[in-house]
Amino acid sequence: MAYELIPLLPLASFVILGLFGHWIKDKAHLVAVPAVVLSFLISVFAFIDVADGHHSTIQLYTWLTSGTLDLHLGLTIDRLTAVMLLLVTTVSALVHVYTIGYMRGEPGYARFFSYIALFTFSMLMLVLADNFLQLFIFWEAVGLCSYLLIGHWYERPAACAAATKAFIVNRVGDFGFILGLLLVWTTFDSLDYADVFAKLHDPAGRVMNLLEPLGGSWEVSVPTVICLLLFTGAVGKSAQVPLHVWLPDAMEGPTPISALIHAATMVTAGVFMVARLAPLYNLSPAAMTVVALVGGLTMMLGATIALTQTDIKRVVAYSTMSQLGYMMMACGLGAYGAGMYHLLTHGAFKALLFLGCGSVIIALHHEQDMRKMGGLKDQLPVTYWTFVVGSLALAGFPLTAGFFSKDDLLVSAWSAGTLGQVLTVCGLLTALLTAFYSFRLVFVTFWGPSHVDRHHAGHVHEPSKTMTVPLIILAVLSIATGYVGIPGFLEPMFATEGSDAAHHGGGAIVIMLLATAMGLLGIAGAYYAYVLNPSLPDRWARQWQAAYQLSLNKWYVDEAYDRSIVRPTFTAAAELWNRVDVAVIDGAVNGIARAVAWGGWLLRLVQSGQTQHYALGMALGAAVILTLFMMI
Amino acid sequence: MQTGGFPWLTMLILLPLAGAGALYFVKDAAARLVALGVTLADLALALPLWWLFDPQSSQMQFTEHVTWIVAPPIHYSLGLDGISLPLVLMTAALMPLCVLISWESITARVRSFMAMLLIMEAAMLGVFVALDFVLFYVFWEAMLIPMYLLIGVWGGPNRLYAAIKFFLYTLAGSVLLLVAILALYFYGGRTFDIQALSQVTYPAALQTWLFLAFFAAFAVKVPMFPFHTWLPDAHVEAPTAGSVILASVLLKMGTYGFLRFSLPMLPDASREMTPVIAALSIVAIIYGAYMALAQTDLKKLIAYSSVSHMGFVTLGLFVLNQQGIEGAVLQMVNHGITTGALFLCVGIIYDRTHSRLISDNVGLAKPMPQYATLLVIFSLSSLGLPGTNSFVGEFLVLIGTFLWSKAATALASLGIILAAAYMLWMVQRVAFGVPSPHHLPRLKDLRPRELAALIPLVVLVFWIGLYPNPVVSRMHASVAKTLESMARTKVAPATHPSAATPPALALTSGGPGAERGPQP
Repeated sequence: MAYELIPLLPLASFVILGLFGHWIKDKAHLVAVPAVVLSFLISVFAFIDVADGHHSTIQLYTWLTSGTLDLHLGLTIDRLTAVMLLLVTTVSALVHVYTIGYMRGEPGYARFFSYIALFTFSMLMLVLADNFLQLFIFWEAVGLCSYLLIGHWYERPAACAAATKAFIVNRVGDFGFILGLLLVWTTFDSLDYADVFAKLHDPAGRVMNLLEPLGGSWEVSVPTVICLLLFTGAVGKSAQVPLHVWLPDAMEGPTPISALIHAATMVTAGVFMVARLAPLYNLSPAAMTVVALVGGLTMMLGATIALTQTDIKRVVAYSTMSQLGYMMMACGLGAYGAGMYHLLTHGAFKALLFLGCGSVIIALHHEQDMRKMGGLKDQLPVTYWTFVVGSLALAGFPLTAGFFSKDDLLVSAWSAGTLGQVLTVCGLLTALLTAFYSFRLVFVTFWGPSHVDRHHAGHVHEPSKTMTVPLIILAVLSIATGYVGIPGFLEPMFATEGSDAAHHGGGAIVIMLLATAMGLLGIAGAYYAYVLNPSLPDRWARQWQAAYQLSLNKWYVDEAYDRSIVRPTFTAAAELWNRVDVAVIDGAVNGIARAVAWGGWLLRLVQSGQTQHYALGMALGAAVILTLFMMI
Repeated sequence: MQTGGFPWLTMLILLPLAGAGALYFVKDAAARLVALGVTLADLALALPLWWLFDPQSSQMQFTEHVTWIVAPPIHYSLGLDGISLPLVLMTAALMPLCVLISWESITARVRSFMAMLLIMEAAMLGVFVALDFVLFYVFWEAMLIPMYLLIGVWGGPNRLYAAIKFFLYTLAGSVLLLVAILALYFYGGRTFDIQALSQVTYPAALQTWLFLAFFAAFAVKVPMFPFHTWLPDAHVEAPTAGSVILASVLLKMGTYGFLRFSLPMLPDASREMTPVIAALSIVAIIYGAYMALAQTDLKKLIAYSSVSHMGFVTLGLFVLNQQGIEGAVLQMVNHGITTGALFLCVGIIYDRTHSRLISDNVGLAKPMPQYATLLVIFSLSSLGLPGTNSFVGEFLVLIGTFLWSKAATALASLGIILAAAYMLWMVQRVAFGVPSPHHLPRLKDLRPRELAALIPLVVLVFWIGLYPNPVVSRMHASVAKTLESMARTKVAPATHPSAATPPALALTSGGPGAERGPQP
């Protein structure tokens, strides 16, 4: 099978739309949709092939050689890649179809399709990469697409600011990534996964002195440094604390993008990377602990913020951040399979939730404030029911896909030592919050009295089939992905863990019951607070004013960055320019020029043109010389 | 040593000179066409070199050798290797674009303007292919005059200050270069042959002095921190074509000088100075980026970003390994393409709004979608996005630097974050948002002539970004040779067998004569 076509078809669609979009205009989907659907079909074949035990590798071309450096682009398809291919092509295809309805009539219709095609290509190349450099190249490429798509409505200042912010925050992460990449190359003399993994155990005691340039001594194992540096990149891309600040702002982009890029695929790249590099991370318990802690912190922080947000997309965005925290935490605890499993089910139900938000937003003429919604369940039945399915999966309601993956994740975490058990408890508490905020969203948006703007209230209706059919398919997937044996399929990838035993122990059942109870409790709590006693939330907010403000203002992280980094940087730049560059450096240059001119002016005085002056000068000179001569 | 065959390099230099002469006989209206024709012909002449060039050979190729002055032995000696080839091609490719961009924006003394561009082209190509030090110096100084006139005659309101500053600053450095050349002549066996002088070992103390003299000339040209303040002034006042030439080609003269002379001739001093140059480079990378962040004038912003980018080039050169130097040479070309393109973009918008202030040029994506698209592409290239040319160069430089010092690499990488900050913030303001209604009627999208100037550069951005190997692999042999000549134990000058003066001219050399055979 020509698996090169999986990424190349979306690339072709990007090139065609990029060059001729001007003429294709509102028929852009006729190019983009077939391309991505075909690439989905080929991905299915690839999946079947891998399931049969065939791993394909394809060399594309030599990118660069220099000295001993030899870099190429290549594709590798193993179990991890195969599931990612299915996730990316499925969600991308559905989002492509959904976009036909969502973006209809927009002036940037063809441009939008060309960007999502470019994104799909880049994301596929990222998961197909067989070396670190290719991973990095497409890591940045998906970031570019994210930038372009967040800023799709470029006339809105908020969208442009969000796009720039997303790119720069991710760059901070990539700063670590590229240093990690360089360290991989100098340590293993190669950037190919296969070569690096083969050499992992060569010299056991690789250490480096981190304080060498300063003359100190702090010996750290090289794999730890590599893992932490690469993880910096993952922190940026997967919106982990402290680089999570770009993700909520990214909601300024059109909603199909939020579903595809900022929920199902790109933001999971960080988790994918850690799972992909599992053999490397397994060498470094210290790095793993950091990964688990950052994941755990992100998980809780995201959930606490999601509780009070009023923009429906932002609620879902913080929920994404929180769920990414779960996945990262699982990887950090060595449960890569469980992390990946949750990544896949989350891809389905979170894409569903975002597309559901999109339907609501379109039906209400771009209203995103959930306080101006309510009572929509009868007017938008398909959106409502599919949204409920997605929310149940997110809340971990029994027998949904989210239930199975979250359960698997928490059970694996519980079996991973003390840290794992502490984080499991945090995970259970977060599950409670998750269920609460998901159903707060459902109840406030779809139940109760309508607060919809009177101009639109009368004609709120379900969007076209191109938008509802993807919702239904994703709703089915939000249940079905729990039953297709993904953990078993992925198991051979991460076979070294040996944590399966825990699944059958007594602890597993307790965790499962607790997780289920937390989910049900959260839903019940939301029902109590938003359906039975609608005045209760306001009273709570007044009662715990400080906590409420903290959550509402996103723990003031943005403000802290603004005051400690952003503004000081601009101030420093302006000050440096005025006081150093203009005043000192250029001042010195002009000063020298003036000194020369002044010296010339002084010397010119000597050249008066009067013979008496010259004669006087000669006499004085002779006198001085004679005096000196006689003194010596 | 005269190599038979077609005198490619002489033709490359003569053609624009002849074109400049021909302009004397035509009217202003036809001058543009003549200049375009000549620069295109020169490009057509340069392009075959890409294929004719033998990437396996580390020797100078397409060499020409004619005696110019017998005593002292000065030759008209030209040649091309894997380091100068990409620079020559880049120069030849940029010149037609400079003519195109000046098509309507230059209205006064068009003939003279075009003649200056052509003389400039000849001098710049000459610098890259000269193999005799005196010849090199002639071309080197010859570049100053047309550039001085381009800024001083066709520049902005403060053009005289900028032109004189540019001229005197770079001239002051060049004087020391001349002293160094004479010192090399006397110590290196009384020859001006650059290749022969690269074979000689000079005493350590002399090396240091010569290095400093070279440094004065080259560091000002690059420009390295803290010798950079002439650059923003010159750019702001220069006409668009002048800015493009200045940024794309003239700045490369400094780094080319370091690579061609400082490293092979003064290896001990170069090694000794590495920490100093690396430190100045890193300061330039970060400081330049900070300066760019503070600018409100588009040209100044790009000028300061050049300081930052050229920091990567000098850093790559002085870490003294294959990856670093290849990255540096590639980055010289990349900076030429990308920054040249950005200056073209500024020129295009200046022609419409007559302002270079960011605040006067906002929201261009709506009225000028093609322009905005290209501006975004070049900005992304400038900030080193993978898939574009600059990433490849920066990546190689960082790899080379990493082999030398991990801490230095970490500091230099900060420049990559800052580059994203100043470029994207500029894009956010210029390309996005809503244009001021006052400017709107004048904001027409790109004309075919302007598109023709930008499209070739877009192609280069992506070609080098996606498939850099053909460019870089042409450098391998030459860069390896430079490193070899730095590592080899050298013979003391007195007994050095080849002062490489051809036998017929061995008037001063006491050695047994030319041992190095004719070049392929």
